[in-house]
Amino acid sequence: MSTATADLHDAPAEPGVNYLNASYGIRSWLLTFDHKRIGLLYLASITIMFVVGGVAAMLMRIHLIEPQGALFEPETYNKMFSTHGIIMVFFFLVPSIPATLGNFLIPLMIGARDVAFPKLNLMSWYIFITGAALALYATLSGGVDTGWTFYPPYSSHYSATNVTIVALGVFVAGFSSILTGLNFIVTIHKMRAPGMTWFRLPLFIWAMYATSLIFVLGTPVIAITLFLLGLERVLHVGIFDPAVGGDPLLFQHLFWFYSHPAVYIMILPGMGVVSELITAFSRKKIFGYSFVAFSSLSIAVISFIVWGHHMFVTGQSIYAGLVFSVLSFLVAIPSAVKVFNWTATLYRGSISYEAPMLYALGFIGLFTIGGLTGLFLASLATDVHLNGTYFIVAHFHYIMVGGAVMAYLGGIHYWWPKISGRMYPDLWARISAAIIFLGFNLTFFPQFMLGYLGMPRRYAVYPAEFQVLNVMSSAGASILGIGYVIPLVYLIWSMRYGPVAGPNPWKAKGLEWTIPSPPPTENFEEIPIVTEDAYNYPVAEAHKYPDAPGVARV
Amino acid sequence: MAAHGAHPPGFAHQFETVTQQREAGTLGMWVFLVTEILFFGGMFTSYIIYRSLHLQSFIQGSHELIVRYGATNTAVLIFSSLTMALAIRTAQTGKSKGQIIFWLILTMILGASFIAIKLRFEWYRDYVEGLIPGVSWLDGGTHTPGVKMFMCFYFFMTGLHALHMVVGLGILTVLVIMTARNKFSSQYYAPLEISGLYWHFVDIVWIFLFPLLYLIGGRY
Repeated sequence: MSTATADLHDAPAEPGVNYLNASYGIRSWLLTFDHKRIGLLYLASITIMFVVGGVAAMLMRIHLIEPQGALFEPETYNKMFSTHGIIMVFFFLVPSIPATLGNFLIPLMIGARDVAFPKLNLMSWYIFITGAALALYATLSGGVDTGWTFYPPYSSHYSATNVTIVALGVFVAGFSSILTGLNFIVTIHKMRAPGMTWFRLPLFIWAMYATSLIFVLGTPVIAITLFLLGLERVLHVGIFDPAVGGDPLLFQHLFWFYSHPAVYIMILPGMGVVSELITAFSRKKIFGYSFVAFSSLSIAVISFIVWGHHMFVTGQSIYAGLVFSVLSFLVAIPSAVKVFNWTATLYRGSISYEAPMLYALGFIGLFTIGGLTGLFLASLATDVHLNGTYFIVAHFHYIMVGGAVMAYLGGIHYWWPKISGRMYPDLWARISAAIIFLGFNLTFFPQFMLGYLGMPRRYAVYPAEFQVLNVMSSAGASILGIGYVIPLVYLIWSMRYGPVAGPNPWKAKGLEWTIPSPPPTENFEEIPIVTEDAYNYPVAEAHKYPDAPGVARV
Repeated sequence: MAAHGAHPPGFAHQFETVTQQREAGTLGMWVFLVTEILFFGGMFTSYIIYRSLHLQSFIQGSHELIVRYGATNTAVLIFSSLTMALAIRTAQTGKSKGQIIFWLILTMILGASFIAIKLRFEWYRDYVEGLIPGVSWLDGGTHTPGVKMFMCFYFFMTGLHALHMVVGLGILTVLVIMTARNKFSSQYYAPLEISGLYWHFVDIVWIFLFPLLYLIGGRY
């Protein structure tokens, strides 16, 4: 790896010719095969989807300020939470880190000029926006009210809303995931620079690899399942139809066979990002590299054999429930390995609290809460009490928002200087990280209590005794909303007015920091030859604590 | 990129060597086929579950299918896999482009025959006889509800398979054009090889579909 770039940082010059200014005009973006530009196309698209899903969430929270509902008819409320769930899961969280940061960073981190199949990469973006457009069209032209899970027979025979179009949108967007996963797997296998062995790869790459495996193995199953559901809706007969001997429970099995692993599609990339952030801002090697790497793979593998824990109370056999319960507990092991190893990496590191680090630390705390409450739900007896309540809502939002979105924002902040070549105002970034953390907890912690007290999810009205906690939650949601708007403003501002970042503003390790910011179109002038492990931070920086784990002995 | 002064045809900029490109392409197709297995797998799994739940209905439904045509189509497809393999072999050994095109077109004719037989002698007859659930279903009361379920599976599975055949024919058309434009040589024939993998995969899916749909119930 080059060390000459460190000197450049002291007096960053205006960026020269790079992927952003190499060509101009809308055509140069819409027909680009550059993985970095495609990453930005995804960034823009999923930001729009995030805003749509966020507005739906905000309206729901406003509605729930009053026990009788402040805004909508119950039917409209059903459409709100369905829209929120479908948009956020399939069109924001699933593509979030992989399609933006993954696309942008994988070739940079492994020392390649592009992904293995650049045209396929662009195609997957077009497929994605086609799916997103279908979903948005369905939402605006009457909505859908099945929830994001599309359970039949309601979705196949009874719902009078746009189920078919939305299911088609999700089906189409699924192929975008499949192609992205395929591209990443081949890229990571075949495009690594000389000397970039598997155990020198940044842990973000391991996380993306595990995520891609789930993309490739899980997404086809949801695709065929929604396809069958759509056919059943159109033809009024199909394989989930009890009238011909079909079993709606089969849909749930097939649905969760994808959708549980999909949870790890959303969180694994976040874990990868956090591994990068923790090492960069404690200036230490990760504690237990191979454990963290393999925990990503084992999470991906185990994720495929735990889907039944979503069905403890839906009519699945009690013995199947027992097995799924035990298997679900297994996920806690690799997840805990990661949390322990991040914590051990922090131990006696020279920690600094730049904005990305605040997000990373927030992630660890919130993910831990989300993960531990998951164990309540994996236990058969407590699940019977908590299933279908706000406890579940709080649990998965701690993982999805407190985990995945925090990591996503942390990653965006960390690599923003690389993406844009500019720095954002650090103070604002720290303030917004704090606002998001506070707003998030105020929104979702009361929901744990609501759920424990028995408030069911997906209801437009609730008993008056739950109002205080609901108002707290809604207040938190508005704080959270402000926290999300601030970065949107200053990141866009910084693209033009931010100070020039230089190649390596964080003085971090990794091939992506050895090239100019923003990177040139071909990434590397010459393909680098890798001679060292990931996170090989200078020993001197940690020398004052020679006994700290992860500090190389000299 | 100066290291690669003379780029062989079809060489893409993101790769360092031709070998790397070929390996990437092949791995990509294998990964894609894995996704296809999972895609069909959802249906096969559902089929197996329902077959165990409604065995008699599935046997009754299976008797509505004509084994003769299914068997013919099986032979047609296996033969098309042979001609596809010969097309690749011809390119590999550096034969003339006319020979490659001959085998490709023969593969296309066989693939099209499969679809034609399916449409004319099977699906069209099913339509007339009212055996297509949701489209034309004439039930004189002789069928249990499970037969309708079986026919759903039959049409979903063979329909999806036929869709893959159509895509395959499209790919073959592109390959014929590429061959005619001298894109391939004994040094570079990766698109042929990768498309061949796809063609064989679609063939293999049928090898599973034929017994599952036509031959259950032990009537022979």
